[in-house]
Amino acid sequence: MSGKTEASKTIRQLIFVVVGMFGFGFAMVPLYDVLCDVTGFNGKTAGKYTAKEVQDVREDRLVTIQFLASNNANMPWEFRPKVRTMKVHPGKLNTVEFYARNITGETMVAQAVPSVTPFHAAEFLHKTECFCFEQQQLEAREDLDMPLRFIIDSQIPEAVKTVTLSYTLYDVTEQIGLATN
Amino acid sequence: MSAVIEEHHHDGHHHGPDKGIMRWVFTTNHKDIGTLYLWFSFLMFLTGGVLALGIRTELFQPGLQIIQPEIFNQLTTMHGLIMVFGAVMPAFVGLANWLIPMMIGAPDMALPRMNNYSFWILPFAFGMLLSTFFMEGGAPNYGWTFYAPLSTDYAPPSVTFFIFAVHMMGISSIMGSINVVVTILNMRAPGMTLMKMPLFVWTWFITAYLLIAVMPVLAGVVTMMLMDIHFGTAFFNAGGGGDPVLFQHVFWFFGHPEVYIMILPAFGVVSAIIPTFARKRLFGYDSMVYATASIAFLSFIVWAHHMFTVGIPLAGELYFMYATMLIAVPTGVKVFNWVATMWQGAMTFETPMLFAIAFVILFTIGGLSGLMLAIVPADFQYHDTYFVVAHFHYVLVPGSVFSIMAAVYYWIPKWTGNMYDETLGKTHFWLSFIGVNVTFFPQHFIGLAGMPRRIPDYALQFADWNMVSSCGAFLFGFSQLLFLFIVIKCIRGGKKATDQVWEGAHGLEWTIPSPAPYHTFTTPPTSMKEAHG
Repeated sequence: MSGKTEASKTIRQLIFVVVGMFGFGFAMVPLYDVLCDVTGFNGKTAGKYTAKEVQDVREDRLVTIQFLASNNANMPWEFRPKVRTMKVHPGKLNTVEFYARNITGETMVAQAVPSVTPFHAAEFLHKTECFCFEQQQLEAREDLDMPLRFIIDSQIPEAVKTVTLSYTLYDVTEQIGLATN
Repeated sequence: MSAVIEEHHHDGHHHGPDKGIMRWVFTTNHKDIGTLYLWFSFLMFLTGGVLALGIRTELFQPGLQIIQPEIFNQLTTMHGLIMVFGAVMPAFVGLANWLIPMMIGAPDMALPRMNNYSFWILPFAFGMLLSTFFMEGGAPNYGWTFYAPLSTDYAPPSVTFFIFAVHMMGISSIMGSINVVVTILNMRAPGMTLMKMPLFVWTWFITAYLLIAVMPVLAGVVTMMLMDIHFGTAFFNAGGGGDPVLFQHVFWFFGHPEVYIMILPAFGVVSAIIPTFARKRLFGYDSMVYATASIAFLSFIVWAHHMFTVGIPLAGELYFMYATMLIAVPTGVKVFNWVATMWQGAMTFETPMLFAIAFVILFTIGGLSGLMLAIVPADFQYHDTYFVVAHFHYVLVPGSVFSIMAAVYYWIPKWTGNMYDETLGKTHFWLSFIGVNVTFFPQHFIGLAGMPRRIPDYALQFADWNMVSSCGAFLFGFSQLLFLFIVIKCIRGGKKATDQVWEGAHGLEWTIPSPAPYHTFTTPPTSMKEAHG
């Protein structure tokens, strides 16, 4: 009966769709990252910035940049920016420091995750050096001043007067499998 | 098992069901499996209902009375999961099993053995899900939407059982949907072209495609959770380079089509019932089919309207707002067609028709509040309030659930051969109708006033409407025991139903005897005159 082969053809096609959509669910992970990189959705900042050309410093403009530091749940470290807010000229290289202290009696590893508000300012915030590019390992009760060097792009839209750069500190000790001592 | 039946097995032509419990365990008969699905769904409906009454008991008054917050969170989560995956979806699969072969003139579903597996996975999936109530740390407590990292880093240990239960439900749904599609594509009687199929078959055909497309995505997202929890990945953990907002994107990519999965078959049911009792052909059959397909397509490109407040760019918010509002167009076409079908019809108001008309009115109210929620600036005010609760309960309870009840009253004479008790049926309808509105309409008010959802306690100014809502919930809940009584009474006896059952009923299922014999259309019907009303 031809109906049988017709049916098995339909079944094969449908199973193909099922497998494909299962894969698509996972494909959304890299797709989402690419989309965020391209558009700066979610206020995600790009990685290490290397200048293609020297930018003109816009002496006529001042942008306020605010720094926030917060701990993810159960993260016991002390973590704060040493300067809470500053006014910078777009195009100029600035340096600030964040302070972190492991208040526990164990060696721990932390990862800082940045976020920029407003989102569309994310692509205009270039970081030439950032503690968020690496994981930070601190011995028990050790503290550290962590540098951040950044340039606000001189092309940043006039409408942006204030940029907030927020870091959340995550405990990744277990994930990287650090032996407890 | 008697020797006679044994012998029937050997020659492969047994004419009736096996005897005893094994009939139900091993059955491959679409009518048996439909019945199993419907009973299972009703059991889950009562289970989820008991959880809902627990919620409404706690919310009867402000303050913490009976249920502590940890338990309350488990109740809301499990109520949602059970009603969505255990009550509404299996009920529609049950209707599909019973009706699709009879409506298209097929002897059975295309893949009967797989049909049996699809059903029997479910009791195990829900057994496992319900067993989490007795585990250390309790049942899932992160909402039916199980946003990560709440459902990963901060979840009770039972989350793993939840994940596997979702996997099992997904496998069941996917197998059931493949079965529906293969049946519809390959087993239609000669002359039953696609555009002659009853709308219930059409809506299920489209629903099955939606299920096949999105249940694997749900399986994917819970698998990512599983890997985050147990295998050290960081899909949703920002500390490891993942992103919690990604979870919401993947979840709602499944979740939005899912809400149409729960309503499209309801459209099909109502499109069968209204023409019967208006004694007119369905107005605008073709436009109904195209509207259903449009809604299904749009459901894939509007998911982020559930996420307006997570922080998506303005352009994204505008796109998702307008795309969402666009859904009102095909939905409006449907409502218009139902009203136009009733227009100048010779209407009578038997119980199925009452439920169907209530569906049209109350579903439209739910759709309208959906449009309000689609407006981005307004949604920032409504988000996560009781207004949202009111909205989705209006489309799911007097929407999907009423359509399922309408379907049961409409087709039960065909299933059992007996008419149900019309007086009791109408009583059940009015109790349910009043109960539903008393429960959910006040939730619009307290939501607009700012009461957040998923909380066991609330500020004093919400007290009065919460008390009204709880009273309505108990009225609605206990009315369903009357429904159970009516169904059992109808199975056990009653006025004999004719083959056509309803004076205005058209369609192949009304050409076979009542009750429908165990095997129907073993030879395909020849005349398509009776195809869709």
